[in-house]
Parts: sequence; C-alpha cells; structure tokens
Amino acid sequence: MLELKNVNTHYGQIQALHDVSIKVNRGEIVTLIGANGAGKTTLMMTVCGDPKASSGDILFEGESIRQMPTSLIMRKGLAVVPEGRRIFSGLTVAENLHMGAYFSDKAAYEAQLDHVLGLFPRLKERYNQRGGTMSGGEQQMLSIGRALMSHPRLLLLDEPSLGLAPIIIQQIFEIIERLRDEGVTIFLVEQNANQALKIADRGYVLENGRVVMSDTGEALLTHDAVRKAYLGG
Amino acid sequence: MTEASLYLLQQIINGLTIGSTYALIAIGYTMVYGIIGMINFAHGEIYMIGSYVSFIVITGLLAIGSFVLPLVLFIALVVAMLIASTYGWTVERVAYRPLRGSNRLIALISAIGMSIFLQNYVALSQGSRDVALAPLISGSVLELGSLETFEVTLSWMQLLIWVVTLVTMTALTLFISRSRMGRACRACAEDLGMTNLLGIDTNRIISLTFVIGAALAAIAGLLLGLYYGVINPFVGFMAGLKAFTAAVLGGIGSIPGAMLGGLILGVTEALTAAYFPSEYKDVVAFGLLVTILLFRPTGILGKPEVEKV
Ligand SMILES: Nc1ncnc2c1ncn2[C@@H]1O[C@H](COP(=O)(O)OP(=O)(O)OP(=O)(O)O)[C@@H](O)[C@H]1O
Ligand SMILES: [Mg+2]
Repeated sequence: MLELKNVNTHYGQIQALHDVSIKVNRGEIVTLIGANGAGKTTLMMTVCGDPKASSGDILFEGESIRQMPTSLIMRKGLAVVPEGRRIFSGLTVAENLHMGAYFSDKAAYEAQLDHVLGLFPRLKERYNQRGGTMSGGEQQMLSIGRALMSHPRLLLLDEPSLGLAPIIIQQIFEIIERLRDEGVTIFLVEQNANQALKIADRGYVLENGRVVMSDTGEALLTHDAVRKAYLGG
Repeated sequence: MTEASLYLLQQIINGLTIGSTYALIAIGYTMVYGIIGMINFAHGEIYMIGSYVSFIVITGLLAIGSFVLPLVLFIALVVAMLIASTYGWTVERVAYRPLRGSNRLIALISAIGMSIFLQNYVALSQGSRDVALAPLISGSVLELGSLETFEVTLSWMQLLIWVVTLVTMTALTLFISRSRMGRACRACAEDLGMTNLLGIDTNRIISLTFVIGAALAAIAGLLLGLYYGVINPFVGFMAGLKAFTAAVLGGIGSIPGAMLGGLILGVTEALTAAYFPSEYKDVVAFGLLVTILLFRPTGILGKPEVEKV
C-alpha cells in the first residue's frame, strides 16, 4: 500500500533520513519506533511531501507520490494525525471535522461524521466548543477524528499518545486497533514502544535517520537490543 | 440640541463615512497579514486602480448617454471590482509568491517596489494630474436644526457609502463564518501547513484573500472617488496608509478589528479636523499608529502574535 524505497531527506545541508526503505501492506498496523531526533516525524512528513525526499521513491498504491505537492498527495486516500495534534484552535469541533472532509460530498460527509462521532462520543458532547478550549486528550481525539473525516485508506499517526494519561492512551490504542479491523491501514510513529509493538503487525526501528531493524511486533518486543534501548530493559 | 452638539454630530457623521471606506480597504491588509504574515504595501494602489476604473467606466457610460444613474454606478462597481481583483491576484503571483519562505524584508521591499510600479504605471497611462468627476449624487436625506442655527446634514452620498459598506461587510462576515471556503480561510490563518496537510491547495486560498481584499478596496475606490470627486495616481498612498493604520488599530489579522479600526480612525480624524487646524488630522492618525505599535501592538481585537512562517 505504501512503500518507501531508499528515501533520503535533507533539511538544507543536514541529512535527516538515510536510505530509508519501509513497506506498509494493506490492512496492517506498522509501527516506527526510535529515540528523540531519530527522524520519525521527518519520515512521516516526507510521505506527505513536506519536506520532499531528495532521492529515492515513495509509492502509494503503486503510484509514485514523491514529486507531488502535499495538497495533491493528501487527496489520494491518506490522512495524517501530525505531531502536536495541530487542531484549529479557533474553529469549533464541528468546523475542525468539516475541514477534514473538505472534498467530500454531503452524503459522504454525513456518513463519516456519524462514524467519527460514534468512535469518539466525547466530540459529540463538545460539538460546538472551540478546539483550543478542549483538554489534551480531547484534542488528540479531534485530531484523529479530523483525519478520519476524509475516509482515508491509510492513516498516519505521529505519537498520538504523547502527553496523555494512561487511560486515554489505552482508549486511543483501542481505537487504532478498531480502525484496522474496519479496514484502515495504519502507520504509527511512537515513543511508547511497548504499547505500539503490542498492537503492531510489524515494526521498524529508526536510529539517526537509518532503519536499523525491522521485524514483527512480537519479535521486536522480545528482542534484547530493542528491550534495552526502548522498553527500559 | 445646542449648536455645539449639532456640530459634533455632523463631525461624527462625516467621520463614519470616511471611516467606512478605511474599513473596506483595511480588510485587504488584515486578511493577507492573517494568512501569510506580510504587509501588502501595494494594496493602496489597488484601491487607486479601483477609483480610476470606476471613473473611466462612469465617464464612458455617461458620454454614451441613455443610462440611468444607479445602473451606471452598478456597472462601474462590478467592472472596478473585477479589474482590481485581477491586479490583486497578479501582484501576489508576480511579486510575492516567488518570495514566499524567504526573508520578510525581501518580501516587504518587493511590495514597496510593486506599489511604486503601479503608481507610475497609472501616472504614465492616465496622466499624473487630478482627474475630476462632476458630482453625480447630490442632495441630502436628512437635515437637522433650523436655518439660523447650525444645520446637520446627512447627504445621499454619505448614506450610499454607509449602506454599501454595511452590505459588503455583512456579506464578508457571512462568507468567512459560514461558507466552506471561508472556513478554509480561517483554518489557513491559524495553521497554513496543517490546512495543506488536509489536501487543501493553500495557494488558492491565499490568492482568494488577495482577490477579496482587492475587490473591497475597489468598492472603497468607487465610493471615495465619488465622495471627493477628484483622484490622481497617488491617492492610494495616503488611503493605504490610513487603512493600514485602521487595521493595526483594530488588531491586524482580525476582520472585525479592521472594521472597528476604520470607524474609530475616521471619527478621530474628523473630530481632530473639526476642533484643531485641519492639517493635524494626519498627524493624529499616524500618532495613533505609533502609539498602538508601541503600547499595544496587537490592537483592540487582535490576539497576541504567534510568529508566522
Ligand atoms: N524543520 C527542520 N529544519 C532543520 N532540521 C530539522 C527540522 N525538523 C527536524 N530537523 C532535524 O531532523 C532530525 C530528526 O527530527 P525529527 O523531528 O524527525 O525527529 P523525531 O524522531 O520525530 O523526534 P521526536 O521523537 O523528538 O519527535 C533532528 O535532528 C532535527 O533536529
Ligand atoms: Mg517527532
């Protein structure tokens, strides 16, 4: 579904990704783990075309998207829950969700809205509240809800658990699994390696902009080096 | 009512009239700043072009004869809005878009260059002298006070300016708050990159704000042109500076702020001119600008600035 082939990404002179190759198959949850500054966010944003990969190729459903402008890529059937949520704080919950479905017709919008409000009843309660006045957990739900509004086939999530209480994290991971069961393919960037690997079919480990390991979620969970570096021993 | 209070009332009427046109022009500054964080210094020239186009259309239609005045004005308004929008759109494409992401100072210099270019372009093609138009709308709607005492009048021209401004601002407010594209404009003003990540071509939204700003400036160009009856290629400079002051006063980036700032500035100027030598009115306007920038750079309705990219 998504394939990165020998992708290199630069910020000016600094190279942030080195020859990264990653594959996400339809129906999988694939997770990418790595320390701060490893390049996880860079990798995810490179898929979205911002920044652009300087070499290599990125295929989405067989089509090369590496040279496309971000707005075009994001209309191909993928959606992103970016680092830091980035909800529109001055817009209401309803308006934020509407922004996610900018290109949907009315029927598709209403169907998807029902679905999203079913997943996150909290958003229904806060429907006319401004995004910026909601709690961190609610904002994360809104960010995921907004991404789902376009009915994506592939969902990219960048550290959705960051800064949230354990019970909320639990809920978010449950939602991610449920989305996978509904047929949405998931590419999940996490620092919370333990939980991410538990739900993931496969995982990649990124270090200093390079993929240093890849295996099934289970295998990585029990791998010594991974346990030491990312799971606290 | 006493003579003094009637005089005051008259000044307020005059101030609200000029202030309405400042508000119309200020929208262009505030919307563009709200989204890309730059001051479009060529915006005053777009207003001036709107004035010229409407003068040319009105003079032309009247020369042909056989038109009713409201129709003439309506046609002039539509043509001025279309042509000014085209200029606004082009200025962004030619002078600003290629520089986006570079140093702010470079974009600013490009804007000033564009402003000088447009002034001279109109001066060369239309002549740099004043162009006058005989008053088309005369008479007053309302007269207060008797003949011996001071009289307060609200002219038809002033009423026209109020009504057109009110209708335009209502339409703009509805567009921004209710429509799909208006929502996208607000989203862009908050987070351009995120809006892009939702698949929206933010360049088109940026173009849209230039077009809306230019169309509103053209409305002001027609109204103020008719009100004063004289224009020249350099009227955009002062009008632009005043409208910019209004935008900063109200809180740059805020649309209701631009409306409010325009009215406050218009009334302040009218009152200054009424009670002090009238040359002081520009001094007061720019004194106000400097004071706000020093003590409350976010203006009356502005939010604390988040650094724009
Ligand atoms: N806009 C940018 N300009 C220059 N360098 C950048 C930029 N964004 C990220 N970098 C650099 O690229 C490297 C990777 O950063 P990135 O944000 O992708 O890491 P990350 O794995 O997502 O980290 P974290 O877990 O802290 O979110 C870092 O060294 C960072 O300093
Ligand atoms: Mg990151």
